Amino acid sequence: MSDVAYGEISRNGLWNNNPALVQLLGLCPLLAVSGSVVNALGLGLATLAVLVGSNIAVSLIRHQVGDAIRTPAFVMIIATFTTCTEMLMKAYTYELYQILGIFIPLIVTNCAILGRAEAFASKQPLLPAAFDGLMMGLGFGAVLLVLGAIREIIGSGTLFANMDLLFGPVASTWGFELFGEGYGFLVMILPPGAFLVTGLLIALKNVIDSHQQARLAKTKATPVKGSKRVRTTGAIQ
Amino acid sequence: MALARKSSPHTHGPRSTQWLMQQVLIATVPGLIVLTSFFGIGTLLNILIASVTAIGCEAAVLKLRKRPLGFYLSDYSALVTAVLLGIALPPLVPWWLTVTGTAFAIIIAKHLYGGMGYNPFNPAMIGYVVLLISFPLQMSAWLAPGGLLVDGTPAMGPDFMSSLKIVFLGNPIDGFTAATPLDAFKHNSGLLVSQFYEQTPQFSQGQWAGFGWEWVNIAFLFGGVYLLARKVFTWHGPVGMLAGLSVMALFNYDGGSSTSNGSILFHLLSGATMFGAFFIVTDPVTSATSNRGRLIYGAMIGIIMFLIRSWGNYPEALAFAVLLMNFAAPFIDYYTPPRTYGHSKSGTIIHRSKED
Repeated sequence: MSDVAYGEISRNGLWNNNPALVQLLGLCPLLAVSGSVVNALGLGLATLAVLVGSNIAVSLIRHQVGDAIRTPAFVMIIATFTTCTEMLMKAYTYELYQILGIFIPLIVTNCAILGRAEAFASKQPLLPAAFDGLMMGLGFGAVLLVLGAIREIIGSGTLFANMDLLFGPVASTWGFELFGEGYGFLVMILPPGAFLVTGLLIALKNVIDSHQQARLAKTKATPVKGSKRVRTTGAIQ
Repeated sequence: MALARKSSPHTHGPRSTQWLMQQVLIATVPGLIVLTSFFGIGTLLNILIASVTAIGCEAAVLKLRKRPLGFYLSDYSALVTAVLLGIALPPLVPWWLTVTGTAFAIIIAKHLYGGMGYNPFNPAMIGYVVLLISFPLQMSAWLAPGGLLVDGTPAMGPDFMSSLKIVFLGNPIDGFTAATPLDAFKHNSGLLVSQFYEQTPQFSQGQWAGFGWEWVNIAFLFGGVYLLARKVFTWHGPVGMLAGLSVMALFNYDGGSSTSNGSILFHLLSGATMFGAFFIVTDPVTSATSNRGRLIYGAMIGIIMFLIRSWGNYPEALAFAVLLMNFAAPFIDYYTPPRTYGHSKSGTIIHRSKED
């Protein structure tokens, strides 16, 4: 168990196998509620909590639950954690809960969570599973946050508006307007904007990846070849 | 003896994309003249701003994509997109609106999908719809056609200098606007159509279907017939669309009661009907490819247009109808392949492969 590669897990969750940009899972909430930073952050945190909780629980019961019934069991676990999160949000961030609406209960159907339970947590011990949940959740949340920020800036010309919905009255002054009163580019707030920005983010990730690969290939020294002569006779060693 | 081996196609048309696009540009001239005479220089300003933006964006993206600049710029396709968008936009919209729409059309709707010939959606219509849903206030302000008598005084468009100020400095346009016939008709409540026509200046001063707009449509029809005569496109798309719209209007007219949806003539000569039929529906890239397919494609656009005009939230619906049918064009193509040479009948691709 000591050879668990935590670095690998975090690289996978945050970048190489990012649930939102590479696996393209959980797009429904990703696209639907990323109209502003506060919505994105709210849903990102909720998903993170559910993902960590479900990964831990699934990992704990992995020897007791048989193959035939594992999917219903996983869904049950995820639904439990989702309900807990929903109740917590209803208790502490009621207005945000009302804005996010159906998308909090819909975390149950987020394929990223079931996918991690199935592909990782059900085969791994507790700590790596929990860590994987954390990293996948952070990766998902980060994309959600960037998406929310871009859409909020272009769409309504504000950033960090209404953060008090999540952090209480302290945060009511965090938001600022970038382009002045009356600015609005509605299409970015509407679903088409979500698809556009997600597509551009995926493109950006691919560009960064290919640049990195090109750099890697350049720095890697080409292996020195021995004799250039082609051997045509005798035994080839 | 060495024979030159050549693969098909063996016959080549002398026409280039460049020639086609030039013809389209020429054909917009009558429509432009009428639009300008009724609504002032707003449309020309739109086209000017849109053209500069389109060529700039096209060049920038081509540069990024490492494509030959001269080859693609000289096919005029970006210019056609700009002109079509400039015509579709209300005259005297603020300059940044035109720039945004054109940039969106060229960069996202055209080049992100692969550039000329690969775009599934009509770039000009994408640009228009993005602006329409993003900036509904500016996009729904149409000038009153010059010469329209409202309460006894003829509506005057802003003069040249104030037009420039409205477009580039953002001076308010409110004093010059009026409801378009489609808009006015949509808000008819409780009047018989004949009464409504008498009481509304847009209709009472028009010949057939709304002052100013009927001539705009006739001019675009004229340009379209020119393109048809030059065989730039076949008759199937436009006729399909006009027929679809007419049939829907015929079945829903009910002789002019207060809940009537407008006569055939009203629908044919209002809003963007003729412009759409001959300049948007006929786009070779985004429409269906076979003749039969184009007939269906056009008819569906006409039907959807009527549905949105009559029961939708928007007074005019060309852009939405075209984009919806762009979606469906590959599907139509799938079921309407032309008869293959040497085969007896056409069918879907699946059926044919089963036959073989």
